[in-house]
Amino acid sequence: MEKIVLPEINNLHLIDVYIENGGYTAAKKALVQKKDDIIDQVKKSGLRGRGGAAFLTGLKWSFMPKSDDKPKYLCVNGDESEPGSFKDRQIFEFNPHQLIEGTLITCYAIGARTAYIYIRGEYHKWINLMQKALDDAYEKGFVGAKMKEKFSTDFSCEIYIHKGAGAYICGEESSLMNSIEGKRGYPRVKPPFPAQNGLWGNPTTINNVETIANIPAIINKGWEWYSRIGEPKHPGTILFGVSGHVNKPGVYELPSGTLLTDIIYNYAGGIPGNKKILCVIPGGSSMPPLRGDQLEGVKMDAESLKAAGSSIGTGGIMVMDEDTDLLRVLARISKFYFHESCGQCTPCREGTGWMYKILQRLISGQGSTADLDLLISVANNIEGNTVCALGEAAAWPVKFTVERFRDYFETRVNSQTSLPTANKVHSMRNTAFPLSDIIR
Amino acid sequence: MKFEFTAVNLEKIERILPKYPDKKAAVMPVLYIAQEQNGWISGEAVVAVAALLEMRPEEVLGVVTFYTMYHKKPAGKYHIQVCTNVSCMLRGGYDIFNQVRAKLGLENGEVTDDGRFSLEEVECMGSCGTAPMIAVNEDYYENLTEEQVDKILESLQRS
Ligand SMILES: Cc1cc2nc3c(=O)[nH]c(=O)nc-3n(C[C@H](O)[C@H](O)[C@H](O)COP(=O)(O)O)c2cc1C
Ligand code: SF4
Ligand code: FES
Repeated sequence: MEKIVLPEINNLHLIDVYIENGGYTAAKKALVQKKDDIIDQVKKSGLRGRGGAAFLTGLKWSFMPKSDDKPKYLCVNGDESEPGSFKDRQIFEFNPHQLIEGTLITCYAIGARTAYIYIRGEYHKWINLMQKALDDAYEKGFVGAKMKEKFSTDFSCEIYIHKGAGAYICGEESSLMNSIEGKRGYPRVKPPFPAQNGLWGNPTTINNVETIANIPAIINKGWEWYSRIGEPKHPGTILFGVSGHVNKPGVYELPSGTLLTDIIYNYAGGIPGNKKILCVIPGGSSMPPLRGDQLEGVKMDAESLKAAGSSIGTGGIMVMDEDTDLLRVLARISKFYFHESCGQCTPCREGTGWMYKILQRLISGQGSTADLDLLISVANNIEGNTVCALGEAAAWPVKFTVERFRDYFETRVNSQTSLPTANKVHSMRNTAFPLSDIIR
Repeated sequence: MKFEFTAVNLEKIERILPKYPDKKAAVMPVLYIAQEQNGWISGEAVVAVAALLEMRPEEVLGVVTFYTMYHKKPAGKYHIQVCTNVSCMLRGGYDIFNQVRAKLGLENGEVTDDGRFSLEEVECMGSCGTAPMIAVNEDYYENLTEEQVDKILESLQRS
């Protein structure tokens, strides 16, 4: 099976090996074509973003203004902080030059002269690997002023790495731009969209690392070839990161539309102890979970997963066997979003904390089935009422896990409930005022 | 304690500034340099960074407090980070967290009296496929067993 992003070639991270294997020929080919033709090829290839929303990449590029009165920017999103996602790191380590080459072509197509590759701060090692690759590419003249000579064109661009500092929210595109600008990583209200008003108020495109790493192959082998791989509406290969209760966790590059069960049982080696699956989160922890008895026939691409009631997200597949304490897992997920909420919007800031507290109460045996409805109600009040999609990312797992595993939670809660339901909402507040303080 | 960038670090900063059209944008990398030099971001370091980048100190402080990787107080010489997020949790992340806690006698966020170790429970580190994991300062240790964690901690204790 063909691998596009992580081909099995030894030492491909070395620039000489990359060049021997046809590296930087796509850039050479692209830089003499018309910008619009490049955008057109990417459009026709059907490539969709691998950062979470599966947005059409060519279409996104076409939103960039054509005029040159302002500088334009590209941000390559390597924040990779979604729990269950560990794929971009493989690209930094095993195929950094393809990311650099993709960045060059993208910059050319959208008219950007500067690209920032934003990498999460914890990835020290991978930042160093990426920087080494970038230094080599600069030295050989593939990036920077020397490009003009190397590719015999009058285009050149600079690529810089910007190191994050431990904030999940900075993966959100507008927060990422604020972070590069040296501000707190608060998401911005949209519109205006980045293509009009991005970095320092200038037109900006943000794409995921894996998205950009696909570009050289599309240019070299043609959009028609690419569009025929996997599912027509979401073509190409996808890096699926499989984690949790499987025998062989890891990243598997497979055509989109590969069966989820195939990935779990064949590629990732099945479940330890041959246990049954209780739950699978198919696209990183923000995405709605699927029940273990509903995995048959589910294909891994944006459209199929939507039909199955979830979402492709970052392709991070988290597998939980039948002995998993789903209540604790959900509480852990909620804790994460509570911790990572930037605090700008009340529903997200307060709601994530409430959901976490209610789940803790359920774990401690002090909860009731009424809490399950309360959880859904809080989640519904976050969804759609916030500046950025972290709101949904926090609400969806709670809402859909409780809804889809209602039987599981009810059994669990009923078997341990010790208190009547009446004083639940009160105990949700973290206050201990004597009543006399409140009723004056 | 007074904070002043060393000459070497000032040179490093000079090389960072041209990456951005605006001085202020260098605040994150410059804070990293301050942290490397000082071990943590002290109030004096905030003031020095602000002066250098022509920012208000409170603006710099706002950045420091927003991001978890800037230490607001001295961390241990070995800063141990244990991921307990879902993929790690499913493969024993909490057992490892508790093991480290017991072994070092530390709660989350604490530093040992001798300043050698600090412990932090962290969110997903991107090692879900090689879970469970810990990070010691900048280094990842993955696919861990209890014995391996013991070995790592003991070798750090000896060093
Ligand atoms: C809370 C939040 C976190 C995100 N984290 C990431 C991330 O770590 N990496 C990423 O590529 N996209 C992330 N995204 C999606 C980005 O906002 C953006 O859609 C994406 O980088 C666009 O790239 P693509 O079109 O190539 O997918 C995140 C979105 C939200 C709402
Ligand atoms: S939804 Fe949450 S993370 Fe996003 S801007 Fe609002 S408070 Fe911040
Ligand atoms: S959940 Fe621990 S590294 Fe991802």
